[in-house]
Amino acid sequence: MQVATGKSILNGIAIGPLRIYKKAETETAVTSSLTPEEEYARFEEARVKAQEQLGNLYEKALDEVGEDNAAIFEIHQMMLDDDDYLEAVKGIIDTQNATAEYAVTTTGNNFAETFAAMEDAYMQARATDVKDISHRVVNILAGREEGGLLDEKPAILVADDLTPSETVQLDKTKLLGFITRYGSSNSHTAILARTMNIPALIGVDFDDTWDGKLAVLDGYNQCVYIDPAQELLSTMEEKRKSDLKQEALLQGLKRKPNITLDGKEIKGYANIGNAGDVGLVLQNDAQGIGLFRSEFIYLDSDDFPSEEKQFMIYKRVVETMAGRKVIIRTLDIGADKQAPYFELDKEENPALGYRAIRICLTRKEIFKQQLRAILRASAFGTVSIMFPMIISVREVRDAKEIFEECKAELKKQGVAMGEIEVGIMIETPAAVMIADELAEEVEFFSLGTNDLTQYTLAIDRQNPKLDNFYDSHHPAVLRMIRHTIEAGHRHNCWVGICGELGADQTLTETFLRMGVDELSVSPSAVLPLRKLIRSLDLSKEPETK
Amino acid sequence: MKQFQYVITDPVGIHARPAGLLVKAAKALDSTVTIEKVGGKSASANKLMAVMGLGVKGGDTVNVTVEGGNEDANAAAMEQFFKENL
Repeated sequence: MQVATGKSILNGIAIGPLRIYKKAETETAVTSSLTPEEEYARFEEARVKAQEQLGNLYEKALDEVGEDNAAIFEIHQMMLDDDDYLEAVKGIIDTQNATAEYAVTTTGNNFAETFAAMEDAYMQARATDVKDISHRVVNILAGREEGGLLDEKPAILVADDLTPSETVQLDKTKLLGFITRYGSSNSHTAILARTMNIPALIGVDFDDTWDGKLAVLDGYNQCVYIDPAQELLSTMEEKRKSDLKQEALLQGLKRKPNITLDGKEIKGYANIGNAGDVGLVLQNDAQGIGLFRSEFIYLDSDDFPSEEKQFMIYKRVVETMAGRKVIIRTLDIGADKQAPYFELDKEENPALGYRAIRICLTRKEIFKQQLRAILRASAFGTVSIMFPMIISVREVRDAKEIFEECKAELKKQGVAMGEIEVGIMIETPAAVMIADELAEEVEFFSLGTNDLTQYTLAIDRQNPKLDNFYDSHHPAVLRMIRHTIEAGHRHNCWVGICGELGADQTLTETFLRMGVDELSVSPSAVLPLRKLIRSLDLSKEPETK
Repeated sequence: MKQFQYVITDPVGIHARPAGLLVKAAKALDSTVTIEKVGGKSASANKLMAVMGLGVKGGDTVNVTVEGGNEDANAAAMEQFFKENL
């Protein structure tokens, strides 16, 4: 067994034979036997045909991967209309008495080099686009047909590089995955692979002996196994099967309402711990983000992240969710989540210490920076915020006051903002007991069951010696949840659960009967949960267990 | 000649798609439109690859010059385009 590593474009597993694709070597004559006028006329004819092909590719891509991703072929058409490009081709034909093939190849390479030399990674990746259009024209001039990268049997395609048009033209029923030596995760090819849900690795140093060998492409671990050992192969086949199951579940549930048999609608949201998880949220068709753990932005930094940096991250997530709700939990740092630059004192009892909203309310400048960034991002979609670790009405009022202050400042500066719903986490027994008063202050509650259980049972979950005492279904915890839901509803406050218990399928029916409005779980748990919800009938007497 | 300055708000800058739209918009006008990256190169707004080659990123400032034809209306149209797309 041989293992090679690369960079993963899409998390997924492909198993099958490798097929190395070599681009047809173009043996083109440099000097033409025709007049420059005749050569240029050949080029013009090929160019018109290339434009036609690109138009067709655009239509195909529009169907398969949507307008935003198809736009690249429109750009290709425009590149083929570019004055500088046309002049360069003409110049080479005229001055060097060259063939159209040579002139186009040279021009394509020259422009590609210019892009490759730019400092911006995005622009560097455009080099492939210029080469792609030039290659297309040369192929037409040489009378070569396009396509034919894969033969009859499904395979994992291995190539030095794949252009966007090659990627779209591939027969999806035969393409298991692809591996390239070059390319970047910014390339349009990478974007297309993600949209078409094809496992892919880039930056893999392969050799020709791989052709025809059985391989496992493991996108999760960013590597490929050639001639995999039997044991590994079976593990990967299992993993692949569970991916397919998830995929089948998705196809069955996609866009279907999340309602019980008797018609009660529950929101199925997902929790995320960093901006990259948004892809998973969409892949699993979650209806929103129920918990955006904003502290990762702080934990990943060496210093306080600027308002601008935070704004960009929130904006990207909000835009990607395209109008679906994004609930951002404000900074929840302290206890087990430490960032050195906060210079927090060492505490005897950090779980009960200086953390979360307690830091935000005493170090207002940090809090305001985050709130401003969130407010600015709210113009790009649907944003809610919630404050963590609340124990009193006073805290909620203070936090809201600071929030309003930020809003007024931004309004004065003429900054666009959306409507933001304000809620709190219910994760302390104190908050549960005064839930009626708290509900008067906010629009929603989100139950953080991990901390709520720990504080209610006085049990540290990190301590394995306490496992025998720990009961996640403890009646005290379940009654707290019921009390919170009922108090919330008395005051027109919707109530969700974003802690681990929300994903516990043995409790889903119990929570629904209590009247919970939303469950937010890890992205991979969303679909199984939605399937369960759609099978429940709350009008029937619960089965006694 | 009309000129205006604009600070790019799109974090990626003038990338392929808006560059394509920009060229389309500029070609539709009866003026010559030139884009100069402040502290960098300048390019005719009619030329896609040249515009992309400017390497304009989010936060960069560009000077846009409109010459000939109906300068007032065309400059306004260009300014509107930048606000909406970049």
